Amino acid sequence: MFDIERWQEIFDTIRKNKLRTFLTGLSVASGIFILVILLGFGQGMQNGIAKEFASDASNRIWVWTQVTTKEYKGLNPGRPIALKNENYQYVTQQFARQLEDRSPVFRVRDVVVNYKKETLGYSVQGIGSDYQFIENQFLSQGRYINPKDEQNTAKVVLVSNKIKKEVFPEGVDPLGEYLDISGIKFQIIGIYGDQGGEREEDRIFIPVTTAQKVFNGANRVDNLSFTLQPAASFDEAVDASMKFTEDLKTYLREAHTVAPDDPSAINVFNTLEEARRYYGLTGNIRLFFWFVGICTIIAGVVGVSNIMLIVVKERTREIGIRKALGARPWGVVGMILHEAIFITAISGFTGLILSMGLLELIGPHVEVDYIVNPSVNFNVALSTVFLLIIAGAVAGFFPAWRAANIHTIDALRDE
Amino acid sequence: MIEIKDLHKSYTMGSNVLHVLKGINFKAEDGELVAIMGSSGSGKSTLLNILGMLDEADSGEYTLDGVPIRDLTETKAAKYRNKFLGFVFQSFNLINYKNALENVALPLYYQRMPRKERHDKAMKYLEQVGLKEWAHHLPSELSGGQKQRVAIARAMAAEPKLLLADEPTGALDSTTSYEVMDLIQKINDAGNTILVVTHEEDIAHMCKRIIHLRDGVIVKDEKVEQVRASAYV
Ligand SMILES: Nc1ncnc2c1ncn2[C@@H]1O[C@H](COP(=O)(O)OP(=O)(O)O)[C@@H](O)[C@H]1O
Ligand SMILES: [Mg+2]
Repeated sequence: MFDIERWQEIFDTIRKNKLRTFLTGLSVASGIFILVILLGFGQGMQNGIAKEFASDASNRIWVWTQVTTKEYKGLNPGRPIALKNENYQYVTQQFARQLEDRSPVFRVRDVVVNYKKETLGYSVQGIGSDYQFIENQFLSQGRYINPKDEQNTAKVVLVSNKIKKEVFPEGVDPLGEYLDISGIKFQIIGIYGDQGGEREEDRIFIPVTTAQKVFNGANRVDNLSFTLQPAASFDEAVDASMKFTEDLKTYLREAHTVAPDDPSAINVFNTLEEARRYYGLTGNIRLFFWFVGICTIIAGVVGVSNIMLIVVKERTREIGIRKALGARPWGVVGMILHEAIFITAISGFTGLILSMGLLELIGPHVEVDYIVNPSVNFNVALSTVFLLIIAGAVAGFFPAWRAANIHTIDALRDE
Repeated sequence: MIEIKDLHKSYTMGSNVLHVLKGINFKAEDGELVAIMGSSGSGKSTLLNILGMLDEADSGEYTLDGVPIRDLTETKAAKYRNKFLGFVFQSFNLINYKNALENVALPLYYQRMPRKERHDKAMKYLEQVGLKEWAHHLPSELSGGQKQRVAIARAMAAEPKLLLADEPTGALDSTTSYEVMDLIQKINDAGNTILVVTHEEDIAHMCKRIIHLRDGVIVKDEKVEQVRASAYV
């Protein structure tokens, strides 16, 4: 390896066989290049899907109800189930230690919302002060609904950035303005936005207590929503939330006399479970990219092997001449491999640097749906380069060894 | 210098066995210039290749400079070739991407001579064959005669005990052939042992001894009055 004479001999050969060197190098470099770009986009897809989940808190749990479908303890199917304040209170007390955020949701029906003379088509929901975190909302102006508003059944309202844009004339600050909801005046105290974008900004929020009291809600709620305390790992988080989901269902079925096997009366949606499915999907996508990548590498290996085969064939006569002049077979094999490894290494790293450079350059700017910041693990890319070098060496070895062991006279006769 | 006894060689092609050498015996002393004559296909090249350890005999004895040559592996053959032998081929066998100087220096590389030294030495031999000015030209830029002179310089650079030339003038016109033979005679004058394979009478008579080969045996072995090639140049 450190035989300077041999290095010089190899550089001579490389310098004087530029086309051959270039073609070998090109196939290696492009193989690595394609692989790195592919792996990068696999990662980008994973990042993109992870981002889709940013619209809601990723450990959100959501309860809704429908009519019963099964007879149970003498009660007929078709009975509507309505969640109550007691249910909410029981859950928040019973599971206090596991819960991070909690809020009931009361959907206000059959109301008309007016701003000045204009009638607005947004839905009105009563919520608790934690709801902001459950929906992953942020505040653009003012404040969120707080526990005091709930206690005082305050007539305050939250609107979204989208509503502000659509309803209020330029220059008018919505804060402090009043909305008229079925004849009752609510003062705007804050403007929220949602990470999930404008499709989640079509709602007007008021305190849940106010909603129940003013709009004949009594003690009924439509949904319960929670997030759980963070867990040490993703899998633990999924397990904890599945357990909580089950406990919640069991309690609510008992409280409302619903058959334990009723599939639709009590429903709990668990984002984490969904997330697990998506992560599974991205895992598959990654697997697919790996598969394509490995095929590319195999194609690269085959390409390099082919080139080595041709190179050695082409050099058979030269090998004969060298042997007639006193080259030993192992010296010939060493020379050919040395050259092959040198060329694959240089071009492999060139391909690596170019592709990583390209990813670095454009990666951060790529943000179409489901592909965000494609990037690649440097170690993975590096290992592939080494794999290709080894493959090139192995692929070169056999023809080189064969050529070196051809009878010198036969090698000399080769045209 | 060389002694061979009862050398046999046959080639098998499919079911046919072609018996090319059928018991060759001869001796050559130090400083001889021997022509091996015979018509095309008479086995001249085969004999020379065996003497050059490029090919192996089926049976028989071969002693080179007192060393019995047998059980040749490629590695062992390479070592002997590097140490004892220089080759000149009809088709020159220069490496096409190396210039004249690098071609001449190549055997010295396999003798593990340092780069600078081998280039100096190669240059010296190129000068001897009158091609100093052409040292940095590729074979493709040289005429046939020049190529063969480069090949001779290459063979001599390794300072072999024995120079083997297989039809060295076969690809050359007669004037150029005589130039090459003149060079070979001069090398022989300096004390080197040389075997020249040829099928041309005039070339054979420029040697000091002619061995006639026919149907795989030596039919005649004669000393001749050497014709100096310089008379024609
Ligand atoms: N490698 C080989 N395989 C088969 N036959 C061969 C081989 N080399 C030479 N021959 C045959 O052996 C005979 C002698 O060949 P060669 O020694 O080259 O003759 P010359 O050099 O005298 O013309 C020829 O008939 C040739 O066809
Ligand atoms: Mg011949």
